[in-house]
Parts: sequence; structure tokens; C-alpha cells
Amino acid sequence: MKITKIALLLGAAALVPNLASASTLEEVVKKGDISCGISTGIAGFSSTDSKGVWEGLDVDFCKSVAAAVFGDASKVKYIPLTAKERFTALQSGEIDVLSRATTWTATRDTSLGLNFAGVNYYDGQGFLVNKKIGVTSAKELSGATFCIQAGTTSELNLTDYFQANNMEYRAVTYDTSGQTINGFKSGRCDVITSDASQLYGLKLKLDDPDSAIVLPEIISKEPLGPVVRQGDDEWFNIVRWTMFATLEAEELGVSSANVDAMLKSENPSIMRLLGKSGTAGENLGLKGDWVYQIVKQVGNYGEMFDKNVGKDSPLNIDRGLNKLWNQGGLMYSMPIR
Amino acid sequence: MNKSQLPPATTGGLLSSPRNRAIIFQCLALLAVVACAFYFTSNMFDNIEKRGITTGFSFLGETAGFGVSQSLIAYDDTTSTFLDVFIVGILNTLLVGVIGIICASVFGLLIGIGRLSSNFIVAKLSLVYIETFRNIPILLQILFWYNIVLAALPGPRQSFSYFESIFLNNRGLLLPEPIFQSGSIFILIAFVIACTAVIFLTRWAKKRHDQTGEEFPLIKVSLAILIVSPLLAYFVTGQPITAEYPALKGFNFQGGLAIIPEFLALTFALSIYTATYIAEAVRAGIEAVASGQKEAAESLGLKKHVILRKVVLPQALRVIIPPVINQYLNLVKNSSLATAIGYPEIVTLFSGTTLNQVGQAIEIIMMTMAVYLTFSIVISLLLNWVNAKMEIKGR
Repeated sequence: MKITKIALLLGAAALVPNLASASTLEEVVKKGDISCGISTGIAGFSSTDSKGVWEGLDVDFCKSVAAAVFGDASKVKYIPLTAKERFTALQSGEIDVLSRATTWTATRDTSLGLNFAGVNYYDGQGFLVNKKIGVTSAKELSGATFCIQAGTTSELNLTDYFQANNMEYRAVTYDTSGQTINGFKSGRCDVITSDASQLYGLKLKLDDPDSAIVLPEIISKEPLGPVVRQGDDEWFNIVRWTMFATLEAEELGVSSANVDAMLKSENPSIMRLLGKSGTAGENLGLKGDWVYQIVKQVGNYGEMFDKNVGKDSPLNIDRGLNKLWNQGGLMYSMPIR
Repeated sequence: MNKSQLPPATTGGLLSSPRNRAIIFQCLALLAVVACAFYFTSNMFDNIEKRGITTGFSFLGETAGFGVSQSLIAYDDTTSTFLDVFIVGILNTLLVGVIGIICASVFGLLIGIGRLSSNFIVAKLSLVYIETFRNIPILLQILFWYNIVLAALPGPRQSFSYFESIFLNNRGLLLPEPIFQSGSIFILIAFVIACTAVIFLTRWAKKRHDQTGEEFPLIKVSLAILIVSPLLAYFVTGQPITAEYPALKGFNFQGGLAIIPEFLALTFALSIYTATYIAEAVRAGIEAVASGQKEAAESLGLKKHVILRKVVLPQALRVIIPPVINQYLNLVKNSSLATAIGYPEIVTLFSGTTLNQVGQAIEIIMMTMAVYLTFSIVISLLLNWVNAKMEIKGR
């Protein structure tokens, strides 16, 4: 009898992988929310406000995907991840999309079974130093000790930069950005190196933010964007076109404030964007009003940028490379038609 | 019972004997386990392949390309491979483990004996120490000591300096690094000879004690031999060991031996924490020795420290060693909490940074588990061997 049971169990187990191969969209709809991997706390990108609610550019992206899929931006489950945990969480299916200031590199794109859906923030690696040490350029940093977050591209770029310039450095690597800033505060290291956008956030966490400066050198390209698992093209398309939709909306002047009025617009591009004509939404497996819901509930890219990291935020980061393509930046949406 | 109730041997065949049945069922159980394991692993590799995740161990040969704050072997950010990172991590874990075990044992022994002291203050202080540090989670203690160390120490330019050669600041403890020149081999030889001499002396002293009952001042004489003979060799060969002193250049001290604050905090926290458990084991061991043994020794007129060393501890050790093995294992495993303060041991370096740079979770986690498994097995084998030596020999 026992043996029959064991055989039955084994047989049942053999069926499991077939059951588990449903598409991400189907699973998400069944669950009723999107599991979105975010950081454990990067100001402007994903951090909690005084009430413990997640906010930031990366969080707004999670909301955009939820708005596109469910028509409800609140249907997101936020999963805070350290840099070390993020890829395993996505590979193992713990999260459906990773929206966590993650740099698009060849290795990550090709060997981890992941796909980068695009770039929603063009960044570069910089240095934050204490004014007391009297350094004005990264070239003067030979022999300094650096606080870095473990497992980031910053770790690798730093080695490259110091080798290329024949300089020496010492590294102290921490697990989270909180530990990194504590190391800097207590004087364990002279310099913090990370993506420039994060340095502005870390600076605000210092007791006296004016005691430190971000050096002018940017030593790397850090294109940050959302990531999904490889092999699910339907889901990949949804995430990628959600990102494009927020850019296209900004380009066409559609914002959360005027989107209802825009529904009556005669402009063919806006009509297609908001689902009044064409089948962009249906082709993605979504409802026709997917972009309307994104813009209405979360906003267009420019609104998200200004609110979280740009001129309306404490970080006050210049839009720089993140301007739209027709304003001198790199942000370019493929046409929605 | 009459014969017809027993199962006839011919019809039951192979399954009739309980022994055969036991063997058959065990084989079947083993087969099921192996089949399960095989099924799960092949399923896992199938899934990994389907998702386009690279597998295999070829990543070990690739250049790591990140900095490590402490390494016992030569490590270069730009040329060293992930295999080097693996070895650096193992060695750093071992370093914390070995030094932590030594400190915790010494500390634990002293506190454990102190706990039973007839001196009221010593006994109560030991009790307070044990109850405090045993009841606070080790992670909190590590963070506490790390932050205390960092907060209390000045920057490199304001470092505490001792004799212009030892410096203490928030980058660590800087010591002069010995440089061995030709001729220093003679000092090593002198030391080895001294050690051999001490071993023979110990045997001779024991024999003499057994025969005549006379005590020989063994510890004092051995110490003298161990110190004097290498020192003599050092001066005879013309002082071949020099030292490189740390010196402040730019941001940091250059040269010399640097002990990083992460190491100091981690080793300190682990030793203090583990020592409480060892102290309790020592106390239990000493209390397990029948008081008649002590009274008998006292009535012979032996001094207190002699009673402790020759009568009580040898008997107590039999009780002490088994729980202490567990504490040693715990100490080594707890060293992985270093990831909270950035000490570069195997978990931080390998299943942390390396895993994130190459993304091959299964291989890397398996290698890390294998390392801890090996450490644990070696420690228990060693101590079990010691324990077997200590056991009462039946004659």
C-alpha cells in the first residue's frame, strides 16, 4: 500500500512543472496584484514616506503596470530587495517585475535568463566626498577608502576607473545603502561611490547635507530600467509598452490633469494613445483604455520625474539626459500605432 | 503455539524472514529517496535551461574585478578570479573562526571558573557577564561593537599612536609588519629545537614526579627556553628580522599590517558571545566533579591551583568537551553574520557579491554550503578525537 502511495506521489510531482507553466499575465490576473521588486530604500526611486507608503520613480513604474493590467494602480505588492537579492527573486518567480534602479548590462541581459524592458532613467556613477578632505576632482582620490554596496556595477566600474588612471583604492562593501551611508557618516571611508542619482539621495540623509559634495566626474554609463524574466514575450511587451506609453503621453502633452479633456481630442496620435482608435491595448492583451488609466492614476513620465526626483522633489535633480528626445534628451518612445 | 500457525517456509519465500524484509524495505526507501533527488535536480536544471540561465562552474575562472578589504593571499582587483575570491572568503572565515575559538575558550574557561569562585564579587560579576551577553542576539552585538568601534575611534589623521609604530584609528589597528631577511630561518630552527626540548623536558619531569614525587617548575623553565633560544639566535645571526612601519600618506596609512575594524568587531562580538556558553559548560563540568575528589585533594595538602589543574579540570573536561564542540560549530557558523558589517568572509564575498555579479545561485550556494559542512565536520571530528582521549580508560 505504501509503495502505491509513493508511486502516486511521484506521479503527481511529475505533473507539477506542467501546471506551473502558465503565463505571467494569467498568473498576475489570478493573484489580483503585481509583485513588484523594489529597493529597500533609495530616495526618489523607492522609499517610504512618513506613513510607511512606498513612493518614488521605480514605485510609480510598478503602479503604471498595475494601472495598465488592472485599471487600478493600487494593485501592487511591493517586495523590497537588496542589490544582492534582486535577480534571484525575479528568476525564481517571487516577483513579476523588477523595478529597482538596475543597470542594463550585457552579462545580466544574456546570462541570467532576464530581459531588460527599456531604460527609464539614464544615470552614471559618481563620487560623494566630505568637503573636509578638500578634494575637488575624482583624479585626486588615489589611496582613498570607498564605501560601496555589494554586488553592484559600481563595484566593478570603480576597479576599472582606478586601474585606467593608475590609482589605488580600498573598498569596504556593505549590504544595503543604509549601512553604506552609516559607514560614511562614521568615517570608515572617505568616499561613497554609487549612481549619481542615489548620491543626491544619500547626501540628504547626512546630518549636515552641506558638509559633503558630489564630485563632477561621472565614470560610467548606468542605464536603469525595469527587468522581467526571459521567455514570456507577452509580459515583456506589456512592461516595455507601459514604459513607452508614459513617454508618449508626455510627448503628446497628455497629463493626469488634462487626460479627461484629451479624450475628446481630434489629434490622431492622442486618439490612438488613449484607445479611441486602433487596437494597441487589445494587441497587448489589455483593455483599450490602458494608457488612459496609467496617465489618469499615475501620470506621464515627466510628471513622475518631477514629482519624485526632479524639480518638485527634495532631490531636485536636473533632467539632463532624461529629457525627451525632442528636447535634447535620450528619452524616446517607439510610436504607439 | 502449534506449528501450523507459523507461515510455511515454502510459500513465504524471500519475504518470510524479518531480516530480509527489513533489507528489502530499506533498499526500497533508499531507491525512493534517490529517485526523488534525481527527479528534483533534473527538473531544476531543466527549468534553469528553459529560462536561459547560464549553469556550470566556468565562472570560477573569470576575473572578479571588485575590491576586497582584507585578504590573506595576494589578491588583485583587476586580475584575480572568482576562484581567488572563494579562497579569500574561506581563509577570512577560517581566520575569524580560529581566533574567535581561541579567545572564546580562554575567556569562557576563566569566566566559568570565576562563576564558582568563593570571592563574592568575582562570582557575581561573572554571573552578570554571562546573563547579559548570552541573552542578547548575536547580530545586535556585532552591530553594537562595530558601531562603538567606529564611533569611538578617530580618523587616520588624528589616530591614537603608540611608540610611533602602532596606530589605532577608524580604518583599523595598524602594526609594524615583520620583514624576514636571509638568516631568519635560523631563528625558526632555534624555535623548533626549543619546542622539542620542552616536550622532552615535560616527559622527564612527569617521570621524575611519578618516581620521586618532586615537583619541577616546568612552566617557568619551558617559557624561559622558548623565549631565550630564538632570542639568542636572533642576536647571533645579526638581527635578520626588520619591520616595516605604517606611515600616513595621503588619505590612509600605507605599509605595515592593518587589522580592519570589521574583523576586530566581529571577532570580539563572537568571542564574547560564545564565551558565555563555554563558561556555563565549564561551570557544569566542574560542578559535576564529585566534591569528595576536591576534599581528598585538599586533605593531601595540595595547593588550590594544583587541585584545579590536576584533579578537577581533567575530570571536568569529559563533561565540558561535548557541549563545547557545539559552541565552536556555532561560532564558525555565526561568523556569516559578518555580512551585516561588511567583513569579507565566505558568505559576504561569495554567496553575496559573487552571486550578484554572476547570478549562478545554485552553484554558488552549494559551494558555500559545502564549505560550512566541511568546517563543521572537521571541527567535530577533531574534538571527538580529543574527547575519546579524555574518556576514562577501562582496564
